[in-house]
Amino acid sequence: MASLRTSFRSLAQTPRRFYSGAPTAAAKLNLPIDYKTTPILHHTSASLSNTSEYPAGATSKRLNLYQAINSALRTALSKSDRTIVFGEDVGFGGVFRCSMDLQTEFGSDRVFNTPLTEQGIAGFAIGAAAEGMKPIAEIQFADYVFPAFDQIVNEAAKFRYREGATGINVGGLVIRMPCGAVGHGALYHSQSPESLFAHIPGLRVVMPRSPAQAKGLLLSSIFEHNDPVIFMEPKILYRAAVEYVPNEYYTIPLSKAEVIKPGKDLTIISYGQPLYMCSSAISAIEKTMPGVSVELIDLRTIYPWDRQTVINSVKKTGRAIVVHESMINYGVGAEVASTIQENAFLRLEAPVKRVAGWSTHTGLSYEQFILPDVARIYDAIKQTLEY
Amino acid sequence: MLITRETKMSLKILARNGVRSQHISTARIIPARRWSSSISQQPGSDSVRFPGAVNSKFTSKMAFLKASDLPAIPTYRVMDSDGHQVDKARPAPDVTNEEALTWYKNMLSVSIMDVVMFEAQRQGRLSFYMVSAGEEGITVGSAAALTPDDVVFAQYREAGVFQQRGFTLKNFMSQLFANDNDAGRGRNMPVHYGQNYPRMHTISSPLATQIPQAAGAAYALKLQDLQNPNRDPRIVACYFGEGAASEGDFHAALNIAATRSCPVVFICRNNGYAISTPTLEQYRGDGIASRGVGYGIDTIRVDGNDIFAVNEAMKEARRLALSEGGRPVLIEAMSYRVSHHSTSDDSFAYRARVEVEDWKRRDNPIIRLRKWLENQGIWSEDQDKQTRDEMRKAVLKEFAAAETEKKPSLRDAFSDVYEEITEEQREQMAELKRILETYPDEYDLRPYKDGIKGLD
Repeated sequence: MASLRTSFRSLAQTPRRFYSGAPTAAAKLNLPIDYKTTPILHHTSASLSNTSEYPAGATSKRLNLYQAINSALRTALSKSDRTIVFGEDVGFGGVFRCSMDLQTEFGSDRVFNTPLTEQGIAGFAIGAAAEGMKPIAEIQFADYVFPAFDQIVNEAAKFRYREGATGINVGGLVIRMPCGAVGHGALYHSQSPESLFAHIPGLRVVMPRSPAQAKGLLLSSIFEHNDPVIFMEPKILYRAAVEYVPNEYYTIPLSKAEVIKPGKDLTIISYGQPLYMCSSAISAIEKTMPGVSVELIDLRTIYPWDRQTVINSVKKTGRAIVVHESMINYGVGAEVASTIQENAFLRLEAPVKRVAGWSTHTGLSYEQFILPDVARIYDAIKQTLEY
Repeated sequence: MLITRETKMSLKILARNGVRSQHISTARIIPARRWSSSISQQPGSDSVRFPGAVNSKFTSKMAFLKASDLPAIPTYRVMDSDGHQVDKARPAPDVTNEEALTWYKNMLSVSIMDVVMFEAQRQGRLSFYMVSAGEEGITVGSAAALTPDDVVFAQYREAGVFQQRGFTLKNFMSQLFANDNDAGRGRNMPVHYGQNYPRMHTISSPLATQIPQAAGAAYALKLQDLQNPNRDPRIVACYFGEGAASEGDFHAALNIAATRSCPVVFICRNNGYAISTPTLEQYRGDGIASRGVGYGIDTIRVDGNDIFAVNEAMKEARRLALSEGGRPVLIEAMSYRVSHHSTSDDSFAYRARVEVEDWKRRDNPIIRLRKWLENQGIWSEDQDKQTRDEMRKAVLKEFAAAETEKKPSLRDAFSDVYEEITEEQREQMAELKRILETYPDEYDLRPYKDGIKGLD
């Protein structure tokens, strides 16, 4: 089912016309995210090298998210002849430019267009992985992955388990897809179906929040694990998020969360683009409620997830909020909140709160009201602290 | 998943030996009658009687069929690019001058709307747009062969079908600006039009999903029309591009439509590109038409720039679809996507500008019909200029009206997910309302009909 594939630039950019109504001149919370100053991106190479996960002393350059993905793909294609990159419109660089120039550099045997068939792309990738390749398949939009659901759920996820003592698996298989809302993608260019995949044992579900993180997580998915990985890229960040990214090969471990900002009074758990809104809401609350400090955790891998980091944090703070963009019903927030409740019940000072998309579809005119925003996160922090 | 007779036998033995076999009983088992019909291979017969291939002659000469050895399926046309009838011996197209003029104006209107809206998107006045330049002949010409009771499932480049079937400029603009007059309640991206009657189901972005739905809808019409012989029988017309025909849904649709004898006409617009992917990387083999034959479906290829050829083929396809108790038909209409895929795409990143300009110059369904009308002496340059001016003004008038119209109520963010708003959604609406009231500076509710009261 691929698409209407409106993709491209307009879906990776802030819309010029706000279908959901721009915030008023008096707005203090729901302002456009300022990616140039947000504390959760590495705006200097020094801040990058101070982070233990990145290679010490490495050279780096400023890249946006699609350039960082491109850098990771180029690194992977250079590192191993077994790496192949393919999908719809991948040959000319992909509708979001993630595979730009790769066909010229590595040839059309290893970087190529496929016909328009997601089930075919996923099945093709599984077969190639089963015979020892490292296929990196692109689904043009997460909204169009559903024809491939059978291949992913019934085949990729169960491959090793089914093969048993034959020892055959589909390690190295990565299925990349742009996901998430941009403000004008409506029903079929906005979805974030991570919880559907996270429900399936056997799949690793990863969502980076930034360029440097994306490169390390993608290379880790390709080379450091023998499990199939669903790699979801928030498309609104492709051009918006820019930071210093190491030039060389490096990996960031999967299934390990990152404490972005330490705090003592409340823990916010999120992943992907909403982390930027969480960061804004935390800045606002720490200004209006002096003395309060909020801990912010990026799950990075949604499943299998880093339960201990989250539980330890909530045991310390006693309060927790989970934030995600996709619908609240049966979402990632439900799993995280339940795990916190089971493991830190006696330390909890307030119910675990979820801030997520409402239980509806992403209607074009209503996106701003359906998806979480800074005001809702701010309000949830306030309510949880004052409970 | 298939279980053969031998397997069934051994399962019975296992069952007798105490092994539980009931888990297997839910598997799909080949019906016994299919086997019994296959056994009657006559001794000495010169042809195959396998159930899967009847009337296949035995041969001792081993030869693989090569697609490249078969002649390409011909392309049907009526008039040439100068607007002259190619075969002077055949009767003139069965079209009145008034009809031909209506088609021309409908194609022109869509094309003028395309130019205005593409530019409006570039100015940031709407988020997205898709033109159908070069494909107006396919959409208008085929839709003209339908009755108002026929049902359409389209992809997203069929504005001409909507135009021909009575969708007004106000309807187009209301959808494009997602305002309160939009039948889609402001929920869909621009160009995702929809109308109840004449029925054209609301466009869904995922590709090819509408094709098997069209088969099912046609089956429904067939059964209903059989049950009510007083009504004129109806068909379903289903549109899609050659890229969408690579999806599994396309193959599922043609096969199920053939086996269930569904009165559906599949119209493939083969415009040469699926975003950046040219047909050479989309498929090998003789276009999409060759696949219809493989599914046992009557198939024709037509020149999509020739509106008479398209219309005649569609009329005949409609007749065939309703004959012999109903059956599917495939039309492959050839054109060239002279436009970018959408406003989000810059196609000169993957194809030469000169290739596009060459096509634009060489052939175009609108210019071809205009030449024909001029050759008939029923159209002139002055009339053309005046009509274009009037249409452009009409488009701009509806544009301005639609742009300033209110958006639907915020309630419509939640309604229609289920037949009734759920208890959980009601709680969410109340919570949203509380947030909007607590943080009034953070939201602009003025564009929405009923403002915050929409959430009551």
